[in-house]
Amino acid sequence: MNKVVSGADEAIRDIADGMTLMLGGFGLCGLPENCIAALVKKGVKELTCISNNAGVDDFGIGLMLKQRQVKKMISSYVGENAEFERQLLSGELEVELVPQGTLATRCMAAGYGMPAIFTPAGIGTEVAEGKEVRNFKGKDYLMELAFEADFAIVKAWKGDAMGNLVYRSTARNFNPVMAMAGKVTIAEVEELVEVGELDPDHIHTPGIYVHRIFQGKDYEKRIEQRTVRKK
Amino acid sequence: MLDKEGIAKRIAKEIKDGYYVNLGIGIPTLVANFIPEGMDVVLQSENGLLGIGPFPFEGEEDPDTINAGKQTITILPGSAIFDSAMSFGMIRAKKVNLTILGAMEVAENGDIASWKIPGKMVKGMGGAMDLVASAENIIVAMQHVNKAGESKLLAKCSLPLTGINCVKKIVTELAVLDVLPEGGFKLLERAPGVSVEEIKNATAGKLIIEGDIPEMVI
Repeated sequence: MNKVVSGADEAIRDIADGMTLMLGGFGLCGLPENCIAALVKKGVKELTCISNNAGVDDFGIGLMLKQRQVKKMISSYVGENAEFERQLLSGELEVELVPQGTLATRCMAAGYGMPAIFTPAGIGTEVAEGKEVRNFKGKDYLMELAFEADFAIVKAWKGDAMGNLVYRSTARNFNPVMAMAGKVTIAEVEELVEVGELDPDHIHTPGIYVHRIFQGKDYEKRIEQRTVRKK
Repeated sequence: MLDKEGIAKRIAKEIKDGYYVNLGIGIPTLVANFIPEGMDVVLQSENGLLGIGPFPFEGEEDPDTINAGKQTITILPGSAIFDSAMSFGMIRAKKVNLTILGAMEVAENGDIASWKIPGKMVKGMGGAMDLVASAENIIVAMQHVNKAGESKLLAKCSLPLTGINCVKKIVTELAVLDVLPEGGFKLLERAPGVSVEEIKNATAGKLIIEGDIPEMVI
């Protein structure tokens, strides 16, 4: 089973206007940088993007926002992006804000083949408007539906031609649950290793969830908040 | 009156040995600096880490290793890393013993508003709605009044809610207060040099004062 493609351009070749994409990452950490650059180059529009954040003005999904490629964002926190906030407040961009745990678990549900989850997050708030509430053992829970995405695009540390993935440190974040949730899942990795090199006990995303894989290049891995202490 | 560090110091006294603690962004993050030495506490970061360490030394920053505030951090020995779904799984399943977060408003019934000012600021709720809906032990760290001088401790929140009936305790620059299950802010401690009268004036919601209110020991 060989899922290797030549690079980001080939991996995203059939992503078309109006599609729904999941993009892994938290803040600027663990972003599929190569695929985002290819999507910007390709210029596909009217996209619905499911991603925890919207990048910053000149990095991550912010690059796609700047080119007005995104019709709707589904995110939990979008605070670091001035262009995003401008498009949102002016009504140019549609936004669905989703509690972070709900966002992750709606991805997980898709990958586990479950149509919905019940969560207490958002009960009594505007997030609950129009949604079914069920009471279990005296506590209210919101029914939230599993996400459906045409493509999930994730970034891993290592991967092999079978599509098996290993993430590194907190760059894992949303990547494994989104990898499980795409109708088609694209993985870009820092290092594509030989089949058999990854210990089966240490694989985070089994290759069955991954359809296309390639070794990315020129990772910038921008740091959003550089905090250090003196030696 | 306390500064931000003072608020963090006072909250640190609420942490007990063996606790798993989630610290929100802002003043709550500072609490990590005041956990008494020798106390066994594990800090949870909702982007998928148990075992947040101090900031890295200059030049040793790792862009793959950040906290929920997107700051570069280090990872302590014995840490565990996991995905975002599991991170909120452990929060929902009440494995995290204490949650400390900021707020724009808290109501006397424990409602909290922290994520949106309609027409002005829409940053999103991040993980706050998940945390307040599930955590059993929630402390809010915030200023007693907003920049316009209006009380943030109200009879009813005016801003869109983050969660309902959930805040148990509030620490501000002026006071420590419990939010009672039957409603109302019960004054427990005064900040050094702050009078009960000043706290009364800064609290719009129902304030309950019983007997002498001691000054905080920090």
